[in-house]
Amino acid sequence: MTIMDPADVFRQEAADLFEALEEALLDLGQRPDDRELIDTAFRALHTIKGSGAMFGFDEVASFTHEFETAFDLVRKGEIKPNEDLITVALAAKDYIRALIEQPDSTDTIIGDAILDELRRFIGPNDKAAFRETTYAAPVAASGRAGWKLQLAFDNQILRNGSNPLDYLDDLRKLGACLVTALTDDVPLLEDLEPEYCFLKWDVTLHSDCDRAAIDDVFMFVQDEMKLECLPIMAAEASTLVPPLAETTAGHSLPLDTVNDGSQSAPQSDRPREEPKKSDDKGISTVRVQAERLDELMDRVGELVIAQARLGQLAAASDDVSIKAIAEEIERLAASLRDTTMGARMVPIGSLFGRFRRLIHDLSRDLGKPVELITSGEDTELDKTMIERLADPLVHLIRNAIDHGIEDEANRSAAGKTEIGRIEISAGHAGAQVLVTVRDNGAGLNTARIRAKAEEQGLLAPGATASDQEIHQFLFHPGFSTAQTVSALSGRGVGMDVVKRTIESLRGSIDISTTPGQGTTVTLRLPLTLAIIEGLLIRVGEGRYIVPLSAVEECAELSAADERSRGRDFLNMRGDLVPFLRLRSLFDIAGQPDSFQKIIIASAGETRVGLIVDQIIGSHQSVIKSLSKLHSEVTMFSGATILGDGSAALILDVAQLIAIGQGRSESQTVNEAA
Amino acid sequence: MDQILKERGSETSDTAVMQVVMLGIGDEVFALNTELVREIIDPVPATRVAGAPAFLPCVVNVRGNVIPLADLRVRFGMPKTDDAADTRIVVLEIDIDGDPVLVGVIADKVYEVTQISQADVQHTPRVGMHWNPEFIHFIAKWRDEFVIVPNMERILS
Repeated sequence: MTIMDPADVFRQEAADLFEALEEALLDLGQRPDDRELIDTAFRALHTIKGSGAMFGFDEVASFTHEFETAFDLVRKGEIKPNEDLITVALAAKDYIRALIEQPDSTDTIIGDAILDELRRFIGPNDKAAFRETTYAAPVAASGRAGWKLQLAFDNQILRNGSNPLDYLDDLRKLGACLVTALTDDVPLLEDLEPEYCFLKWDVTLHSDCDRAAIDDVFMFVQDEMKLECLPIMAAEASTLVPPLAETTAGHSLPLDTVNDGSQSAPQSDRPREEPKKSDDKGISTVRVQAERLDELMDRVGELVIAQARLGQLAAASDDVSIKAIAEEIERLAASLRDTTMGARMVPIGSLFGRFRRLIHDLSRDLGKPVELITSGEDTELDKTMIERLADPLVHLIRNAIDHGIEDEANRSAAGKTEIGRIEISAGHAGAQVLVTVRDNGAGLNTARIRAKAEEQGLLAPGATASDQEIHQFLFHPGFSTAQTVSALSGRGVGMDVVKRTIESLRGSIDISTTPGQGTTVTLRLPLTLAIIEGLLIRVGEGRYIVPLSAVEECAELSAADERSRGRDFLNMRGDLVPFLRLRSLFDIAGQPDSFQKIIIASAGETRVGLIVDQIIGSHQSVIKSLSKLHSEVTMFSGATILGDGSAALILDVAQLIAIGQGRSESQTVNEAA
Repeated sequence: MDQILKERGSETSDTAVMQVVMLGIGDEVFALNTELVREIIDPVPATRVAGAPAFLPCVVNVRGNVIPLADLRVRFGMPKTDDAADTRIVVLEIDIDGDPVLVGVIADKVYEVTQISQADVQHTPRVGMHWNPEFIHFIAKWRDEFVIVPNMERILS
């Protein structure tokens, strides 16, 4: 394992903090009175400042300090956060991020401008005043202001290897502490036993933590000490700050260490000590490098394959104990697989968070007020998938705001609320995850898309096409109906890229629209990229996998359909479904099996029948990508390893449907000619 | 040619040697730099890939990786033969556009690991060769036989 550069650790930590900060700021825009949010934002800022200084990011520290100063007024309730302040604060956040990530490409002029803007919210007089009183502010909101503690350790405690100062430090992590050393018991120098602890401490802890949290601090020494613990009520809080200067000033403390370590009154009003609470959450989670998870997944994949082989051997064996072990291992492998996959799952909410900023900025730039509603943030998806979904979703959201949502005038003319709405939702549907982006704008202009498609020669003029089919043209490369090209959209690059990205994730994209009511784009995605449920089929001698998520139904091919060579269509309960004979598609010589089976596979709204020799059964397929050398192979999206150790190819249903559609179109053209 | 010998792990230019694995494919003997060779395994069931180029007709499972199986006979215009007792799969790791790619090569027979040196290198005749010259680094002499040192990167791309 390599040791990480400390600066990288900071960058990583900062990235998390920025996310929390941005979220808090955006929430604050909607709920300006929520103190919790203000505190969250403040904590994030404070940690960035502290760690930044620690890791030598001095510019970050000093800028953040200014930012924090401004924000402190908000925290004290002197300034109400409003839309403008949030915007400036977001800009400031971006600037700090730039300072950390690309220090060379930023300019202090930008920073100064942001600071000037921020300072507009602060009267110059306040600035000095509030700094001195910072630590008392955040606790005022809760009913309990903290605890008054008296600590008396057994005087043997130093001999046992405990250092009372460590416990004081731990207390400081709970909240701002006012620590007073009680030196009453310290004997005269000639009687002083240097290994004994004679000090006691009075601690005023400003924190909304409960008693148990305090007891936790002293968990290991509770037998060796006396702890008195009295709650302070909010009202008393202000009066409880004792005049500490007297207590410490007159005495010269007998032990050097006490002087160094125990930060008593004069220092304890530094705000630095206080907001460490965010650390507590970290205990239950561990940061793991993504590559390690990938590696683990690979190993589990191999285990699943080995287990399948074992299962096959065991099935052929008469030995009951072997069968039992094989079953046991099957169960273990399955649960190990689920756990590993679970470890790679990330709630999609982390992605939605980013869009709030996007929508905030876009709605400002375009002058269209837009609200964002998200649901299903808890829906979990594979980490890789989340990362690769970000760009397509950004694109869909931009489209929705730029093209979908009308401007205020048009909206009120159409009798709609002036504020447009974009809903992003996620949810499970079987083994798939559906992510939808819905706007309540004008909807797609089907006629214009049609005209454009005819103009580009994608559709014969006057040809009959369903609305659904016409909307598919949106996914053609270079297709854009926007009459003006804006910075955001209208260049015609985009929807095809979105579609391709989603398909590379083995997902599909659907678009539906109601004129005047809005457009809904639905993405269907598999839960994970690593393992799929597949249907094992045989064509000739070869075995193949059809992703089960694409299979709609299986049936036997009727003799009449089988004989027909003129048409490759099938009547499925009134629908015409084109079909492909996989034997001829794969160039397999010889006579097909006498009872051919048909698998109806679908991608989005289109379906195709695949004619196969045999349907063997379901198969857990660990996906192995095809080699770079086979990049020109389009019919297969990957391969998997079967129980007997041989490789089987996984059919790319979307590609096969494209082939099927292509054939049926060329057939129609031939017939017409 | 000198350059290739130098590139492929030689000590000095005068006594440049290259360690190679001698393979029999069809009627010819090929010499593959041992640095490319990952392992040599017995034949395993191969899966035909429809739509793949003829010289890469199949994939095989090698230790949990699905890798393409190359048939050099196609590239050198030799007739196909069935697997025999001596048939082996030589697993190579070659560099394609900067990425290491695993590929298996079918060999009718694996002779030995040996060295060829500068002195063995023969000039590739301009005439009398019906193979694509791009596929061949150079031709060397080994036990009174001519052996082909193929350019695998070219052959497979």
